[in-house]
Amino acid sequence: MLNEEILHRCFRCGYCKMPSNYIDLNCPSYLAFRFETYSPGGRMWLLRAWLDGKIPLSKRFSEIMFSCTACGNCTEHCPFPGFKDLLLEAFTAARGAFLDAGRVPAGVRDYLTRMQLHGNPYGMPAKKRADWAVGMEISPFTGQEYLFFAGDEGSYDTRGQEIARSAAKLLAKAGISFGILTGGENSDGNDVRASGETALFEELAKKNTDLFNKNNVKKIITLSPHGFNAFKKFYPGLGGNYQVFNYTQVLAFNMGKLKFRENPDQVQITFHDSCYLGCHNMDYYSPRVILSAVPGLKMAEMDRNKQNALCCGGGGGNLFTDILSSGNESPARSRVREAKATGATIIAVSCPLCAIMLEDAVKTEGLADVLRVMELSEIINDRIM
Amino acid sequence: MNEFIRQLAEITGPGFVSAEPEERYLYSMDQGTMPPVEPDAVVMPGNTEEVRQIILCANKHKVPVVPMGGGLVLSGLTRALHGGIILDMKRMNRILQVNPKSRYAVVEGGASEGMLQAYLKKHHPELKHSMPDAPPIATLAGNICIHGSGHLSVLGGFHSDMLTGMEVVLPTGDIVRSGSCSVSPDWFARAPLPDLSGLFMGWSGTTGVVTKLGIRLFPSYSHNDMLIFVCEDADLMPDIISRLTGTQVAEDMTPWMTPKPEWARGFLHINISYGAHSKKELTFKRNLLQASVKKYSDQKIAGFLPMPPSEKSRFLKIPSPDLVKFADLRKGGGFEYVGAIMAIEHFAEAYRAGLQIARAYNVSYSMGARIIGAGHAMMFFYAYAFNRADPEDINRAQHALEATNTAALEIGGIPWKSELPAQKQIINKMDPNTFDLMNRIRSVLDPNHIMNPGNWEK
Repeated sequence: MLNEEILHRCFRCGYCKMPSNYIDLNCPSYLAFRFETYSPGGRMWLLRAWLDGKIPLSKRFSEIMFSCTACGNCTEHCPFPGFKDLLLEAFTAARGAFLDAGRVPAGVRDYLTRMQLHGNPYGMPAKKRADWAVGMEISPFTGQEYLFFAGDEGSYDTRGQEIARSAAKLLAKAGISFGILTGGENSDGNDVRASGETALFEELAKKNTDLFNKNNVKKIITLSPHGFNAFKKFYPGLGGNYQVFNYTQVLAFNMGKLKFRENPDQVQITFHDSCYLGCHNMDYYSPRVILSAVPGLKMAEMDRNKQNALCCGGGGGNLFTDILSSGNESPARSRVREAKATGATIIAVSCPLCAIMLEDAVKTEGLADVLRVMELSEIINDRIM
Repeated sequence: MNEFIRQLAEITGPGFVSAEPEERYLYSMDQGTMPPVEPDAVVMPGNTEEVRQIILCANKHKVPVVPMGGGLVLSGLTRALHGGIILDMKRMNRILQVNPKSRYAVVEGGASEGMLQAYLKKHHPELKHSMPDAPPIATLAGNICIHGSGHLSVLGGFHSDMLTGMEVVLPTGDIVRSGSCSVSPDWFARAPLPDLSGLFMGWSGTTGVVTKLGIRLFPSYSHNDMLIFVCEDADLMPDIISRLTGTQVAEDMTPWMTPKPEWARGFLHINISYGAHSKKELTFKRNLLQASVKKYSDQKIAGFLPMPPSEKSRFLKIPSPDLVKFADLRKGGGFEYVGAIMAIEHFAEAYRAGLQIARAYNVSYSMGARIIGAGHAMMFFYAYAFNRADPEDINRAQHALEATNTAALEIGGIPWKSELPAQKQIINKMDPNTFDLMNRIRSVLDPNHIMNPGNWEK
């Protein structure tokens, strides 16, 4: 197994469970389940024990491994420079080994099967991928400066489609030249890779790069930070060399082109960092630059923010596999309570997965009357002329 | 056992009980050298009432109960030596109350050191508590119950000295309070009542489960500084420590001796941290500290190490993640230490014994101490790193630890949070009447002998 030589080096000191200010727990699966086994250190020791033949590869062990959202809190806060950067890669490799052994939770199996059969986690036909843009004046990609990639959630999820439309509308208003592909794209595969199914990821990536290269794509704007991460970090090694941006990064430089209405409502908001724009790619500022340029917004940061932000629990395929969503201490529910505590009435997000996860949590927590989840572009669209 | 586990699941909800191989494996050991012993199950209570019900249920089924906080004690105290359940307390992690004027906090039994530190920084920046050098996930209750010490121990003594009261579920399931909170709504002190808190500190979880506790808080200064005093002669250390603590201005004082980095080899360093409300006060305190050891500086046989501010900030970070990095010294994720509580006049003996043992067992070592109170005692530690993947290396560290325990006892010290073999060594040296009293107290508190059995036994 890749990186197995680091497993026994973990001391299980527990820094990986917390943010750097120690205000609360910050590992999503440990927060939800609380057994030491669900912490990054617990996983390291269990994997070592499994490879040494001390424990079997059980259903529970598999759930422990796949409940990791790959948020990166552990790599961010592990104090051991000798191996901290390899933690997530070790977990990914372990999940791959579990897949090879045919020991994965049913939800993960179904998620990956849909990805394999349909190229997306919704089991929807590829030809419907651009349906989100129906009725909008968005041109097919014919060599514009950017390809706009709406991703799985933006293409197929009802809430994600709203966000895709909102972001695309805003980019157009800001004068960005972009087009979309109208069929044949596949999932960016970011969370498939995190699930350990590297062969499937490479297959998805190859199909996408073939399509992008055929269309002479040079620059990509992604709606989702997950796609941004995959295109930026993993596609170059698979023949996909593009200039890749999350849409917030493009928008941050074009906020001056937007005209805001006068006398806007004064609203207190808080911002939830997405793991794949934030922790994995260390861009904590594009969304904040955008929000700071919007009149009428008063920002109240949560205790866990930027490199200390708590994951919504949707990463690593968990949005679809649902291993982490239940219980009072699910990361999404914990996160919306934290947002509520700031006094904000809006949680701003920059990722469609986060929007879906946190909206469900707001309802479950009974906060729908006092707290609204809004994607950045929706906040701006509400306030521009 | 199945029926017992089913009943536990009714108490806490099924999500917080596990008898699965994964939990049984992981909770069978800690990071130290003690061999694993699997529990039958792990249970995580969410409140005092659940703890009470679990204890009643364990009594009914005569099942051992091992309370666990952060699980970072390193000496294997939270292993289920006779089977039974591990009671992982970390779900009970709320900060219940902070009294800023009387300077105390009340927390649940699984609240972590890091969370209290963060809570105070956010809500009461004028206050702080004494953080141990343990990672921030370590629990306050666990650390107090083992007589831990930390960054305010020169000021306030052992962390058990800073305890103001407790709520405890006894081994019989009764809930009792000790200290002022047993009489008053306030948790300000253990005095003037019979000090029942002593029934639960230092007993390695054999007398009850702490579900709430009060802890003293101290002023948090706006100006903080540290000095490092260095000498080459271990025999001078008791007098130097006595002089420095005599100024009564330091918050923390930690001698350290290590062969790496090279520039540190052979020298004895004392980190001295102190704080003040103003620059003027800080300068005054620094002058007092420097004047106290002027005798040695003037003779040029010891002196203060010049330190750039950037270096100082590393030492002032509390807790310091640098400390756990020692566990990776052998690239093997393991270290354990003997922390022996002893009088400061034994410093030189303790240091020489450590050097001898490290040489004899060819182990990577780090030695140091934390001064307790105004030089009233010290926790002298000998830390040994080992590679968990190398049984020979573990064995070597184990033998070095055993030899260190023996040496510490011979010097007149007492191994702290002692692992099982060291407990037996201590008992052998202990006044028989003291040990007899311990047993009589335990048999009254725990008639079914369910609490962490195997510890403090001959």
